[in-house]
Amino acid sequence: MATDVISESGGRSDFWQGVRLSMPVVVASAPFAVLFGALAVDNGFSVLEAFLMSALVFGGASQMVGIQLFGQHVAPWLIVLSIFAVNFRHVLYSAGIGRRIAHWPVISQALGYFILTDPQYAVAEARAQSGQTVGFAWYLGLGLPVYVFWVIESALGAVFGKLIPDTHALGIDFLLPIYFLGLVLGFRKRPLWLPVVVASACASIIAYKTVGSPWHVSIGAIAGVLLAVILPPHHSGVETRP
Amino acid sequence: MSTTFWIIIAGAIATYLTRIGGHLVISRFDNIHPRVEAGLNAVPAAVLTTLVAPELLNAGPAEWAALVVTAVVSLRGGLMSMFLAGAAVLIVARQFFG
Repeated sequence: MATDVISESGGRSDFWQGVRLSMPVVVASAPFAVLFGALAVDNGFSVLEAFLMSALVFGGASQMVGIQLFGQHVAPWLIVLSIFAVNFRHVLYSAGIGRRIAHWPVISQALGYFILTDPQYAVAEARAQSGQTVGFAWYLGLGLPVYVFWVIESALGAVFGKLIPDTHALGIDFLLPIYFLGLVLGFRKRPLWLPVVVASACASIIAYKTVGSPWHVSIGAIAGVLLAVILPPHHSGVETRP
Repeated sequence: MSTTFWIIIAGAIATYLTRIGGHLVISRFDNIHPRVEAGLNAVPAAVLTTLVAPELLNAGPAEWAALVVTAVVSLRGGLMSMFLAGAAVLIVARQFFG
């Protein structure tokens, strides 16, 4: 299946082009993978369980929330629900990226959705918007290194977690917001970008203060998307697009 | 198998449902209304903003400096240079501001 797609003309170079684009994500996610592994063991996971969670869930923030609740001995169904809530934004990603990968074989699509993370969606969407085709080889090149390093580094963190020095001084707890801010700014030329960012920022902060985490993610996201839906289409530039 | 194992399996299934669910729902429609398309185009900024904004509540001078530098570098640089500049400022500033 995969070899058929990769053997298409330019497939191999497409794959490596994706790999090159994956490197910032690999570097940016490395500290979190190691940190997850260390925290997982600290919260009662075995090394194998930390490895398994990274391999099967592959969603950093939701894994962190999951092990945090696990350490607090919260009911299993509530842990699963929290993982679902943190990852609920991926419903929007799959709705958005479906337009770009509908030409793939079904099995490739099924695999593509499995590795659909925040940066995977952001980079693939940016490519589609620039008028280029989102091919399976390119998409796999973008996602596979992130997945492989994520799983390996999680296991390493679980094994060597106790060796990590002062995480605050190293800024590890705040690398994620910096990275996500970079992604947000990368979309600044989109129609309605500023109103959407302002609406989502306000809604998520209010929800964070009132409803609490992790619901502020879904609530803030819905506020920004709803604003874009409610405003007249000509403001969003959709109708004027070629 | 342990409870932890089943929590992981259930969490993985729940996550995969979110990653394929949006597509399964929206692919049932032939034409996408302009307003829906506008909504989809807003998704990345809307979601990623919610992962940053609440962090500002607990942020201090070091975090502010890092975010400002990230924003300034974004005017010229790519994602990687943005991230590295922000991270470098954060680490240096934390040596002074804690």
